[in-house]
Amino acid sequence: MLQVKAIELLESGAVDRVLGWKKGDFFYDLTPAVFESADEVRREFAYGPFAGANLSKYLIAESRRGGKVGVFLKPCDTYSLVQLLKEHRVLRENVYVVGVQCEGMCDIEKIRDAGCAGVTAVEEDGDRLKVATLYGERTVDRRDVLLEKCAACKSRKLVIYDELIGEQGDVIDSNRFDKVAALEAMTPEQRYEFWRGELSRCIRCNACRNVCPACSCEKCVFDNPDSGVRNKAAADSFEENMFHIIRAFHVASRCTDCGECSRVCPQHIPLHLLNRKFIKDINELYGEYQAGADFDSRPPLMDFTQGDCEPSIVYQRGGAKA
Amino acid sequence: MSVNESFRPTIVAFCCNWCSYAGADLSGTNRLNYPANVKIIRIPCSCRLNPMFILRAFQRGADGVILCGCHPGDCHYTTGNYYARRRMTLLFSMLDYLGVERERTRVEWVSAAEGAKFAATMNEFVETVTKLGKNRRLEDLRCSK
Repeated sequence: MLQVKAIELLESGAVDRVLGWKKGDFFYDLTPAVFESADEVRREFAYGPFAGANLSKYLIAESRRGGKVGVFLKPCDTYSLVQLLKEHRVLRENVYVVGVQCEGMCDIEKIRDAGCAGVTAVEEDGDRLKVATLYGERTVDRRDVLLEKCAACKSRKLVIYDELIGEQGDVIDSNRFDKVAALEAMTPEQRYEFWRGELSRCIRCNACRNVCPACSCEKCVFDNPDSGVRNKAAADSFEENMFHIIRAFHVASRCTDCGECSRVCPQHIPLHLLNRKFIKDINELYGEYQAGADFDSRPPLMDFTQGDCEPSIVYQRGGAKA
Repeated sequence: MSVNESFRPTIVAFCCNWCSYAGADLSGTNRLNYPANVKIIRIPCSCRLNPMFILRAFQRGADGVILCGCHPGDCHYTTGNYYARRRMTLLFSMLDYLGVERERTRVEWVSAAEGAKFAATMNEFVETVTKLGKNRRLEDLRCSK
């Protein structure tokens, strides 16, 4: 259906390019791609349970190339686009947004973990997935193999679109802060051990930074040779901590919790737990805030009130003592 | 963690130019004592403090970092310390979340007239950090001598 829409948009001349997904090296790594003609779309366009990639970040460059660009955005991706529009990073008049309702995208690793070895193809079948493997066909429940970001889906509402495929949804009362709360309840020693175990796997590939729609500065401190923090591999545990604290802090209060950072991490570091910690703190200390949900609100870190809590609140709040 | 009697922590104090730096000066002219292992770095406003400064201080051997600025409402630039207050709250909460002892970081509002408060704060902070011992969780082994 998306492919038909892409062809229609290109052939009618409504847009000059379409931003969508095409097959990568394997059927399960759908890759963001720009299509310039209907023929290209017919040949290469792909969509399915592995189209997890958030296309909104590519609009920063695409909307400035001249001409109009059509883009397919899932509900969580529309939050990222609104946040980018608020920051004047995307030229709205050059973008035609086709909103796509989404049933949650799947994680090939979880399908493998569910006992499907040698997967050759995956087909949607309502709430189930038909998995073709070298050893015969299996079926798995779609809810069991969702990407982390989709398992804790926060909203099925599309906050911006010019045209809608599927139905408008609602904000979901998700349990996305459960793991953060569980970590907060640990002692500092346990938390430290947990994060050493996770962050020490970091290879500083910068994928989390490059994929993040909020992390789109044209000049980045981690690319600046004068900053003293530009290097490829982390040489010390400090650098692993530092990189992830600074990365998460730079997007704090602008992060829409789209979950792309965790999805692309080749080392499976749960980076969303850092972002969600900031979101949870902001919700608790400065009032509920969802980045990208509207055009009027100010991000909490670019705002203040005279009655804000003092930083010493960190000592008084929950969490086990040493 | 056992307290090492001979351990003298390194404390980095970021002081805003308009209030706390003058407050530190006043505590000196009043001949109030505070430990010599507090290293003061002057910044134009408390909101100049980039989170990276704090991390880098820990990297290069600080055992505690304290930010001193004008009292909320008294900022020389009207609103700088309000922004700093939100940022530091979130940053300290994140450091705590990563398991860095929460007592190692602090924010105090010290006006230019509060020399006594500056000395008392530093004495108390040094004592707290001495009890915690050396910073191990955010140090960079390449930077240690």
